[in-house]
Amino acid sequence: MNFQRADDTSANLALEIKGVSKAYGRFPALKDVSLQARDKEFLALLGPSGSGKTTLLRVLAGLETPDAGEVRFGGEDFLSLPVRHRKVGMVFQHYALFRHMTVAQNIAFGLTVRKRSEKPSKSEIADRVHKLLQLVQLEDLGKRYPSQLSGGQRQRVALARALAIEPRMLLLDEPFGALDAQVRRELRRWLRELHDRAGVTTVFVTHDQEEALDLADRVAILKDGQLIQLGSPNEVYEHPATPFVFDFLGQACRMPGVVEGGRLRIADWDSEAPAGAPQGAVEVFFRPDEVTFAPADGAGLSADVKAVAQRGPDVRIDCRIEGQPVELIGHGPTLPPGVSPGLSVRVRPTRPQVYAAG
Amino acid sequence: MTAATLASAPKPRTAWVQPSILPGFPLAMGWTLTWLGLIVVLPLTALVIRPWELGLAGVWESLTEPRVLAALRLSFGAALLAALTNVPLGLLVAWTLTRYEFPGRRIVDAFVDLPFALPTAVAGIALTAIYAPTGLLGEPLAKLGIKAAYSPIGVYIALLFIGLPFVVRTVQPVLQDLDIEVEEAATTLGATTLQRFSHVVMPAVAPALISGFSLAFARAVGEYGSVIFIAGNMPLKSEIAPLLIVIRLEQYDYAGAAVVGLAMLAISFGALLAVNGLQLFLAGRGRR
Amino acid sequence: MNPTIRLPGLAPLFLVLTLTILGVLIVLPLGVVFASALSQGLAAYIEPLTHPDALAAIRLTLTVAAISVPLNAIFGVAAAWAIARFEFKGKSLLVTFIDLPFSMSPVVSGLVWVLLFGAQGWFGPWLQDHNIKIIFATSGLVLATVLVTLPFVARELIPLMQDQGADEEAAALTLGAGGFTTFWRVTLPNIKWALLYGVLLCNARAMGEFGAVSVVSGSVRGLTTTLPLHVEVLYNDYEFVGAFAAASILAGLGLVTLVLKSVLEWRHSGELSASRRH
Repeated sequence: MNFQRADDTSANLALEIKGVSKAYGRFPALKDVSLQARDKEFLALLGPSGSGKTTLLRVLAGLETPDAGEVRFGGEDFLSLPVRHRKVGMVFQHYALFRHMTVAQNIAFGLTVRKRSEKPSKSEIADRVHKLLQLVQLEDLGKRYPSQLSGGQRQRVALARALAIEPRMLLLDEPFGALDAQVRRELRRWLRELHDRAGVTTVFVTHDQEEALDLADRVAILKDGQLIQLGSPNEVYEHPATPFVFDFLGQACRMPGVVEGGRLRIADWDSEAPAGAPQGAVEVFFRPDEVTFAPADGAGLSADVKAVAQRGPDVRIDCRIEGQPVELIGHGPTLPPGVSPGLSVRVRPTRPQVYAAG
Repeated sequence: MTAATLASAPKPRTAWVQPSILPGFPLAMGWTLTWLGLIVVLPLTALVIRPWELGLAGVWESLTEPRVLAALRLSFGAALLAALTNVPLGLLVAWTLTRYEFPGRRIVDAFVDLPFALPTAVAGIALTAIYAPTGLLGEPLAKLGIKAAYSPIGVYIALLFIGLPFVVRTVQPVLQDLDIEVEEAATTLGATTLQRFSHVVMPAVAPALISGFSLAFARAVGEYGSVIFIAGNMPLKSEIAPLLIVIRLEQYDYAGAAVVGLAMLAISFGALLAVNGLQLFLAGRGRR
Repeated sequence: MNPTIRLPGLAPLFLVLTLTILGVLIVLPLGVVFASALSQGLAAYIEPLTHPDALAAIRLTLTVAAISVPLNAIFGVAAAWAIARFEFKGKSLLVTFIDLPFSMSPVVSGLVWVLLFGAQGWFGPWLQDHNIKIIFATSGLVLATVLVTLPFVARELIPLMQDQGADEEAAALTLGAGGFTTFWRVTLPNIKWALLYGVLLCNARAMGEFGAVSVVSGSVRGLTTTLPLHVEVLYNDYEFVGAFAAASILAGLGLVTLVLKSVLEWRHSGELSASRRH
């Protein structure tokens, strides 16, 4: 765990999480998680359900108290600050809009509950609410109640409400979880632009790897309460730290193999091992579309083609490699003529990832 | 990573309340427990303890007095009978209210709750006026040789009145939420109306019917106001158990009154346990 | 044909049966109350209601309700906050105890106070020495009423607040609101209709309670008779018109309760606990 790099401790480091653990009864939700986010960074917490990502987010918001560990923001000890003084803008998974308040009242809430000495005047509040409504493109809906809005609109109100308090950090819990695919995609772009404009450090939780890779500056992948990998979308996608990460970030094909003397052997195919590959028995992972095809007498994994089906611009190839059913994806124009049902071809993964077996 | 990690190892959780960011637990819980302690627990403790100042033999003697046994038999018997009658009546009313649309349905629906809203003494004197030998329904019944008011039948009628809404109100939401697709599926599989009713509707409604029954029963056992006027209160014949408590209190026989009260509580409790058991059994069958 | 069982051919039969059951069992008694009260004309109806004893009974009923209902409303809110917003051991036991008064005979609910505070009660001699009267006095009536009506408000609020979850309160805290502000501006508005509903039922029972208060009252005319007890006193004195006249006021209270309750169920169904949504 290369926890501290010298340049990370510089002034632009906003959020530091050190050794945070949290258990519910006997169930450990977070196990010694450490990570940090830079100022204005857009960080995704990615993991399957039960991985602890939401718990971590709630720890940052102050809605949960960790059993152990440290959370600092801008150098300040965050854990000793009660929720209401943290100034984090939290967007809840189901938005948690105040159902008996109008949209405008929802957005104004954080301002109206301030101490009298810090409370903006009525006209200032109205002004802020108006600007925020513009920002989230809901100018005309200020008088509506949450129940009269669509899911996407509610989400934007929740965001405006969180931004109203000028948060030091924005926390989003599955921000697109309750929306349908179409709205999801639109809001995703919009949220990214909003983040870039507002310039607030943002942490969001998602179980959707596509969303995380598309949106975030860096992705933290969690599993069973532990941080598995932290890196830019490119880093984690190109160099998944574990088979779990590889599998979680996209479709995966896996074959057993052996690495010896810088050579990687899978079945009867011998090739140069990727740099840094472990020695001995290994598991080789590759993406079904990161393969090239060669004639049956060439080099590569021997595959018996069972079925070929055109799926839009791609071709889905059902084949058996070493007796194992494998589904590969090829791109129409580059497909060699030998790939058709009943024939054998050779398949060469272009970017295999090699992990120690076991 | 040595001392720091060791010091920050997860602590075992021993507190009886899970930590929460919401404030006010000590105040809310403190008030709840204080109030409950003063209003429910302390008085009930007196009820549980006082009978025993008579000694075990005394309690037994006080309990097995023929008048007490007759009163308990009447209270529990009439309550059981009335609650059992209310099961089909309540189901029928609930069925009509959920499955048919007719003008004034909402008003009829609202009237179901009248026994909840009408003070029991009012119901008591009204029912007595109706079923007395000179009353609107009492007179024709008397001609048939049925003495309604001032007899156990009167007790039964009053308990019928008191219990009906319990059955209707527990069954109604279940009938309303009954998955139409299940009934449709049964139809597409060729089930007749009767089969659908007995195989699809009844199993779904049965647990609600049972809890409606037990609510009506529990209420009826202890009912006082609506029964006391119509019952006639003849010792050994139409005297209900709660009345016996009042009578013994008037004689300053506190322990004797507490014996009856405790016995009622114990029998109700046993009956409800049995009903809960039946319900669990039915629910278990539904899952298999 | 609609595949759900509707038995359209039998609709008239079901309707007639339902209306008969409800008519004979429930509506008829209500009608008899008003008919009997007015059977000797309007003057004979009004006269017993203006009698000092009747007025005293009305005043006492209002007093007892005015004390008991707010106490149980506060209890209901506190209990719901503790139960629906926190996880603690023994929660289901606590809920059972809150429900207990529902399954107690009203007479037992009165008896227990006599066992404590009556002349031969645990604290009876002490109270006598200090010249404090609880049984056969207003405070006894209040105690009995409070015990009988204890679950009403809590029973409405607990399932609703459990249903709503704590997200809105958590959101308010992240936005900088304090505990009291959160309760006052977020929690309370969310439960106000259910609270009103519970208070309504609680009040109806408090004003109409008979068994429990009859045990602790001693029925001293003009002093410890609430309106329902007044009905009994008159009835036992064969003053039937007077009894039914007093009963008609209570029946009117029941009807008003029914109307308000139905309005709440129709207008604010979403803001009541699920079992109250029609």
